[in-house]
Amino acid sequence: MGRPTFDAVAVGDALPSRTFPLTRLDLVRYAGASGDFKVIHWNQRLAQAVGLPDVIAHGMLTMATAARLVTEWAGDPGAVVEYGVRFTKPVVVPDDDHGAELEVSGVVAGKDDVARTVRVDLTATSGDAKVLGRAQAVVRLP
Amino acid sequence: MGVNPDIAGRTYPPGPVYEVGREKIAEFARAIGSDDPVHRDPEAARALGYPDVIAPPTFAIIVAMGAEAAVVQDPESGIDYSRVVHGEERFTHHRPIVAGDRLVATVNVDGVREAGGHAMVTTRVEIASEGGEPVSTAASTIVVRGGQ
Repeated sequence: MGRPTFDAVAVGDALPSRTFPLTRLDLVRYAGASGDFKVIHWNQRLAQAVGLPDVIAHGMLTMATAARLVTEWAGDPGAVVEYGVRFTKPVVVPDDDHGAELEVSGVVAGKDDVARTVRVDLTATSGDAKVLGRAQAVVRLP
Repeated sequence: MGVNPDIAGRTYPPGPVYEVGREKIAEFARAIGSDDPVHRDPEAARALGYPDVIAPPTFAIIVAMGAEAAVVQDPESGIDYSRVVHGEERFTHHRPIVAGDRLVATVNVDGVREAGGHAMVTTRVEIASEGGEPVSTAASTIVVRGGQ
């Protein structure tokens, strides 16, 4: 599958949906790479002490993972000119061999003929929870 | 207790230059599960027209977090970091962050408002090259949970 071009993409086009696993190891790795060592992302005892059901993923890891749907579709991570999300629900990551699943889908919701960009609206769920709100990426296409 | 609404409108002096390394980009890409060669292989990046490996779209958070720390650590802000939850994040990229960039980040507090007993603090970090060329803007809303 080649890279999508601006002219070939239409409003309403769906991006291929993906399911991304997120395990405790992924959270530890992201903590190290990002420098975000908040305890709720790696310590069950302290996460539960503040009322969470278990350890939760970094919102920024969820955001970054959801973006992969767009960057892998566009074929160029540098083509993302805007990307914004609201963190609506946490991704709860149990201490087992499977972790959590993040299901991400996307649809082309707008085209800007002058900037030659498209807006992709993303939906991200984990379990039954919608974990991102108003998740939108603006991507420049060739 | 509570967040000081007077910090709205403040701009904090930029911190030290953040130098973007190839290995840091590769480490961050791996941490978000991306195997895209444009984050690892300078040749692959050049094939897409970039001078060196580029960072994933959310890499800017590393630089932004460094700048936002100035607000949280400001004793006048009244922000209790242990009560902070990330509410919203938005990046605007004027161009991708590239290995070798020397970035300067300046944080502005765009707003403080109360909602449902919590304080919402919106910050905007302007990330530029050392020479002043705009690179990225990272707008963030944090929720500082009120006491029970």
